[in-house]
Amino acid sequence: MSPTPQEYNKMSQKAAPGSKLWRNMLVAFLVGGVICTIGQGAMSWMQSLGLSREDGGAVTSVFLIFLSALLTGLNCYDDIAKHAGAGTLVPITGFANAMVSPALEFKREGFILGVGAKMFSIAGPVILYGSAASVVYGLILAIFG
Amino acid sequence: MELLISLGKAFLIGGLFCAVGQILIDKTKLTPARILVGYVVAGVLLSALGLYQPLVDFAGAGATVPLTGFGHLLATGAQKAVAEKGTLGALTGGLTASAAGITAAMLFGLLVALLFNPKDKS
Amino acid sequence: MAVKTGKHTYLLENTPSVLSFGAVGSKKEAEGPLGQYFDVINPDSSFGESSWEKAESKLVQISVGQALSKGNFEPEQIDLAFAGDLLNQCIGSVYGLRDLGIPFVGLYGACSTMAESLALAALFVDAAIAKKALAVTSSHFCSAERQFRFPLEYGGQRPPTAQWTVTGSGACVVGESAAAPYVRAVTIGCIEDLGIKDANNMGAAMAPAAAKTIARYLADTHTRPEDYDMILTGDLGQVGSALLEQLLAQEKIDLKGRHQDCGLLIYDRQQQDVHAGGSGCGCAASVLCSFILPRIRQGILGDVLFVATGALMSPTSSMQGESIPGVAHLVYLSASSRRKGVE
Repeated sequence: MSPTPQEYNKMSQKAAPGSKLWRNMLVAFLVGGVICTIGQGAMSWMQSLGLSREDGGAVTSVFLIFLSALLTGLNCYDDIAKHAGAGTLVPITGFANAMVSPALEFKREGFILGVGAKMFSIAGPVILYGSAASVVYGLILAIFG
Repeated sequence: MELLISLGKAFLIGGLFCAVGQILIDKTKLTPARILVGYVVAGVLLSALGLYQPLVDFAGAGATVPLTGFGHLLATGAQKAVAEKGTLGALTGGLTASAAGITAAMLFGLLVALLFNPKDKS
Repeated sequence: MAVKTGKHTYLLENTPSVLSFGAVGSKKEAEGPLGQYFDVINPDSSFGESSWEKAESKLVQISVGQALSKGNFEPEQIDLAFAGDLLNQCIGSVYGLRDLGIPFVGLYGACSTMAESLALAALFVDAAIAKKALAVTSSHFCSAERQFRFPLEYGGQRPPTAQWTVTGSGACVVGESAAAPYVRAVTIGCIEDLGIKDANNMGAAMAPAAAKTIARYLADTHTRPEDYDMILTGDLGQVGSALLEQLLAQEKIDLKGRHQDCGLLIYDRQQQDVHAGGSGCGCAASVLCSFILPRIRQGILGDVLFVATGALMSPTSSMQGESIPGVAHLVYLSASSRRKGVE
């Protein structure tokens, strides 16, 4: 009488309300666009102060990471992200939020294994696989370049 | 005027990166951590293939602020270090180039944990 | 003494009573349609404690305190406490009950724990091996989020099938037959798994267990949904409720509009940002103890099948790609001790 897992999977997909993809994409586009525009503004300013493109980019990243950390501490970042989705996930601010939020959340477990270890629970894989990919690329260059 | 155009390009390309991310959130079962890893690795790959630098030249922060830009930074860092130091550069280049961002995120994470307390979602 | 009927159901011939009960919630629960019925509401969800886990234990203390004081009971008069919650090793219940000195039976039934604990308490009283037994469970949005999902300040987006963990607790003191509400029968559910893996769609994962338990109870007791005023599931939410009715329809059981879900009752899904509804042990527990039991006592509701559902996965099993098993336990609560239908 009862459905097979395959049949039930179909039933549950039908019963699940769809997410509003177009609306979500629009909000993500707008919010993400604004974050990048702030970044571009900071970058142009740094370059007008005579910083190189690399240093200007680094200062811009640090500035955006600071903004994200502050909004995370003030309990605001998640409220924006609830609507913005990928708009706050994909920019460097999302990476910062992924590091700051567990650090804040797990301070009750202490500063070593709470803050120190949990900080990397979401962002750690990003650093690991990004670095690993860059090493592979560097090795290919060193061998074949 | 030039500033406005550069801001507009950053908005457009940065927004597009995020809109693609939203499709991944809504249409796949990928968790946010997987999407972030995917973006960074994709950035390294696109950069290695020489496809990302033109985008950075065009869109500025629109291409460097999304996490693919983080991947691009890792890749160009490795590239530069290998050119300067040879094989050892493959190990040092990536994190050296991205040290400012990673260190800032760690440091601000620690500071926020010191200064604030977690709150319930309203 | 309880008599087993059919394969899964026990009839409680001495019809124990739920002597007193207490419910506690926080801000979001107060803003919901049932807010006015809670005994205690504290808009500060930390309840003055330094961690969310301590806050959850405080919820347990408060609901138990209410249940005891409303019945004029002292902790010494309680023979046994059946309790559990969602936190690892059930620390919400353990620290909440630590100072009361009541013999403690820790249970893990995830969100089915209210029905599980109530069923066991009633069985012990019915067998006359306990005079008074306590059943209590709790959940806290923040402690559940940080254990099962993400840090609170993490900027994630919840899919439309996700449910909102209730910050609340409910406690019942069950004793010898005295006045309504009476516990007339219980059905202990089996573990059911139809392969749902999405931890953001718990309603779908638990609906098969609820459907099986309801069908088994009706078959064991030879009754029909029409014999009851309400068939109340724990926290299936909007998605799980729809699936429950479809699954039962396949078994030729029509709930005929008698189905309600605590997860849909506790919040206003239009006004409150809870997506598919409420969830958590505290959802079924606080709705039962604030809204349902008083109505049975007053005779507004006659016969209620309380079916709390639990999703029995852990963060470890989810990460290893296991599907989510569900379980549902049923407690038949009635305004009358006269046996009807259950023959």
